[in-house]
Amino acid sequence: MKKKEDQPKNNSFTLFLGCTVPVRALNYEIASRKVAEALDIRFNDIPDFSCCGYPVKSISHHAYLLMAARNLALAEAKGHPICTLCSSCCGSLTEANHELQEDKNLRKRINEDLYRWVGMRYEGEVRVQHLTRILHQEIGVRKISEKVQSDLSSLRVAPHYGCHYTKPSAIYEKLEDPENPKSLDELIRATGAQSLSYEDKLSCCGGGVLAIDEQVALGMAQRKLEHIQAKKADAIVLICPFCSVMYESNQKKIEKVFEKEYKLPVLYYPQLLGLALGIEPDELGLKMNRIRTTDLVKKVVRRPA
Amino acid sequence: MIHSKDLDPHFKLLIAKEPGGENIKKCFSCGTCTAGCPVREITDRYNPRKIIRMALLGMKKEVLSSQFIWLCSSCYTCYERCPQDVRIPELMNAIKNIAVREGYIPSAMKIQIELLSAFGRLLEITEFENDKRKEFGLPLIQGRTEEVKKILKELGLQHEEERGPA
Repeated sequence: MKKKEDQPKNNSFTLFLGCTVPVRALNYEIASRKVAEALDIRFNDIPDFSCCGYPVKSISHHAYLLMAARNLALAEAKGHPICTLCSSCCGSLTEANHELQEDKNLRKRINEDLYRWVGMRYEGEVRVQHLTRILHQEIGVRKISEKVQSDLSSLRVAPHYGCHYTKPSAIYEKLEDPENPKSLDELIRATGAQSLSYEDKLSCCGGGVLAIDEQVALGMAQRKLEHIQAKKADAIVLICPFCSVMYESNQKKIEKVFEKEYKLPVLYYPQLLGLALGIEPDELGLKMNRIRTTDLVKKVVRRPA
Repeated sequence: MIHSKDLDPHFKLLIAKEPGGENIKKCFSCGTCTAGCPVREITDRYNPRKIIRMALLGMKKEVLSSQFIWLCSSCYTCYERCPQDVRIPELMNAIKNIAVREGYIPSAMKIQIELLSAFGRLLEITEFENDKRKEFGLPLIQGRTEEVKKILKELGLQHEEERGPA
């Protein structure tokens, strides 16, 4: 049996895409794969992955654990830790993993159903990490800044941590203080860009209530756009496809409802990092960003090779 | 006006038995959850302190049939700050799980179950998505996600005959 600590040493991960990335955030996936390649992170793919289980948590905790356990069992069979791009997938799989690892009786009950219905068992041996956490912990800001090829120092960006990347902190072994997280700021500074501080920096995008009450969700996202606009930021930088659904896909709607103009570009962190590493904007899926990023890209100064 | 004859003193015990609801009785109504809640900043319709108080009092039908239990955005701000470790987002899920079993389920959630049964995901991967993936040299997505349907069906959450959201 492999020791858990030994697993990620060769930087091989199974990439867990979830529901939103392949349909609404292909640019995030493209940039993540490019950046991973540049930093010697290897991704394996499992075509049988489904939704992480998060949406059924409110319907049936048992169904949630079964869906999560099925995905975890698929990854366990391949032997690599899971890397997620979506913070909600990360939270959902980590939390289920936590429950199934801590409570053997629960794992036995879940495995009985899992085996009976889909012929799988989960032994509790998989690690789940968010790509941002891998970049911060396994690769490290020093190595990243050493690889920087372009000058991003005139870019002022607003980091958006979102919720499930740091909370609940208990399931993430209290890796960082959820009231004062630093990893994304450090990763942004490693690219050479300026990481802005702004009002309500840690507030939620509202995505969790979008399906239930759109007006409430839009109101939550609007507040943050307002605070970021006040800082004259070039972009918001985020690490979750659903946060992007709120700030980018819904930005026009928010502008209409609240009769305000934001035109705030929304970048996934791997897109910003890719620019710093000297990767071409087209190879980072920047053409797929709905709010134009051309002005921002113009501020990137390519250093002569 | 709340009348004691309308209250169900067992409601809190029912919630405490549900995964995530275990710590409900520890709540001493300090309101830290509500003070820092980003949903509450937008709408008065969501007030976690009030919901927990109602649940503890035994206002079972009012809580289970309410819209407000579905308004938690699961941001976990209150989870981190609660001095009594009530784990409010999980508690809300526990209450919602009971509500679903009692027949109270918002149409948006019914639609999500339908989608998950049909595609194994909330968003369908069509030929369009896979063509795009080919274009960018990404691995195609075409796996055995019908196993999700099997799980949901076995748990009685998805019924074959109920096609399309009501």
